[in-house]
Amino acid sequence: MTTILDEKTARALPDLRPEEIRRYSRHLIMPEVGTEGQRRLKAARVLMIGGGGLGSPIGLYLAAAGVGTLGLVEFDVVDESNLHRQVLYGRADIGRPKLDAALARLHEVNPLIQLVPHNTRLDSSNAMELFAPYDIVVDGTDNFPTRYLVNDACVLSGKPNVYGSIFRFEGQVSIFWGARGPCYRCLFPEPPPPGLVPSCAEGGVLGVLPGIIGALQANEAIKLIVGVGEPLIGRLLLFDALKMRFRELKLKKDPACPICSEHPTQHELIDYEQFCGIPPEPEKVEAGFDITVQELDRRRRAGEEIFLLDVRNPQEWEIARIAGATLIPLHELRDRVNEVDPTAPVVVLCHHGPRSTQATHFLRQMGLARARNLAGGIEAWSVQVDPSVPRY
Amino acid sequence: MSVTIHIPTPLRRFTAERGEVEVDGQTVGEALKDLTRLFPALERHLYSEQGALRSFVNVFLNDEDVRHLERDGTPVKAGDTLSIIPSIAGGGAV
Repeated sequence: MTTILDEKTARALPDLRPEEIRRYSRHLIMPEVGTEGQRRLKAARVLMIGGGGLGSPIGLYLAAAGVGTLGLVEFDVVDESNLHRQVLYGRADIGRPKLDAALARLHEVNPLIQLVPHNTRLDSSNAMELFAPYDIVVDGTDNFPTRYLVNDACVLSGKPNVYGSIFRFEGQVSIFWGARGPCYRCLFPEPPPPGLVPSCAEGGVLGVLPGIIGALQANEAIKLIVGVGEPLIGRLLLFDALKMRFRELKLKKDPACPICSEHPTQHELIDYEQFCGIPPEPEKVEAGFDITVQELDRRRRAGEEIFLLDVRNPQEWEIARIAGATLIPLHELRDRVNEVDPTAPVVVLCHHGPRSTQATHFLRQMGLARARNLAGGIEAWSVQVDPSVPRY
Repeated sequence: MSVTIHIPTPLRRFTAERGEVEVDGQTVGEALKDLTRLFPALERHLYSEQGALRSFVNVFLNDEDVRHLERDGTPVKAGDTLSIIPSIAGGGAV
């Protein structure tokens, strides 16, 4: 296996300073890394997309290992609910921009490397320019449009994409590199329709899982740089944390891949929100589709019989619920729609609103024309009406 | 012919939370049909209304993508493992 850096003919490997020799001595004494491997790490430029659950271990290990230039694309703010898995951050960082908090922590881990902040949301207009100075891109994002964007920008710029993805207690890892093997689109030509695959916010994720998957991504990035071992190109590693089982699948290049095949049909970045079926602006809903938490509260206090339908999961119901509501999780609604009282006004709620919007559309299609969506969900209810309902 | 189908986490809510299901069939298509017979709620997640396997659903026979074999018509034998591989996107801040 040759290192990614061989392709950059112009770049001479930098020498190691005495403090670097001390710091990286456990690498230097290993034949697989050695002084040359460590110099390659020092010369390497890695761009991390996202400083979240995956980005936390990726950043910590790549910084600790001495990757000379480490860029981070991030625009979010640290939230309390991030802390169970995003180990870059602590309590004091809540409310702080992740980019600032992450780079401060990584600088503390290793002040000998260069950290490059990219305070922006990655999109089709900036991706090529952002990727240009880097050798490797490590994908730690959380949504399908950005996954496809990272893939396509990597293929178009010839860079490897060290991919990791997680859901609940299951993870996937691979290196997608159009120049050497299949890309993300060869495996997933089309995204699933919006709403079919729950996000971590809806579906949850085991806190330690991104630690494991992110560490595997960091390992693959380091191997590509040093030029040792067998990179995870053309292989998809699957991890099941409950069974504690790894499996490996073979991936092949799709000869008809629109972006990485020999005869590509796509030569530039596209609109990935549209590609993933996400409407350009929030769907216009007719007047009377939404109901505010205040109006619901007022009508209930006035004694009106309202069928309050909660479409969240039982685990969320256990954390917090509105008295008098009926629980039918969204994915069971199709089979249990007859449990909804057709004679009463129906108000549907979830955590923040997207699932209840979907359910309200469905109920209206089923003939419950007066079904309404509780804007802002139980979160808004807790904040604006009844603070005794826990927020999560 | 009994083959094992691995059910990914996002679809387990349709299989009574089972991660592995034993099914019968001579081909990949027959095995998947047997799976949706056992768990009818899975059908619309795997197949389009026209009855074709959805393009975002990846099926692997042992470690090979059936798209590189004979797709639905790929023969299966006892002891084979079929895996449904979902697109998952989680990872960053949510």
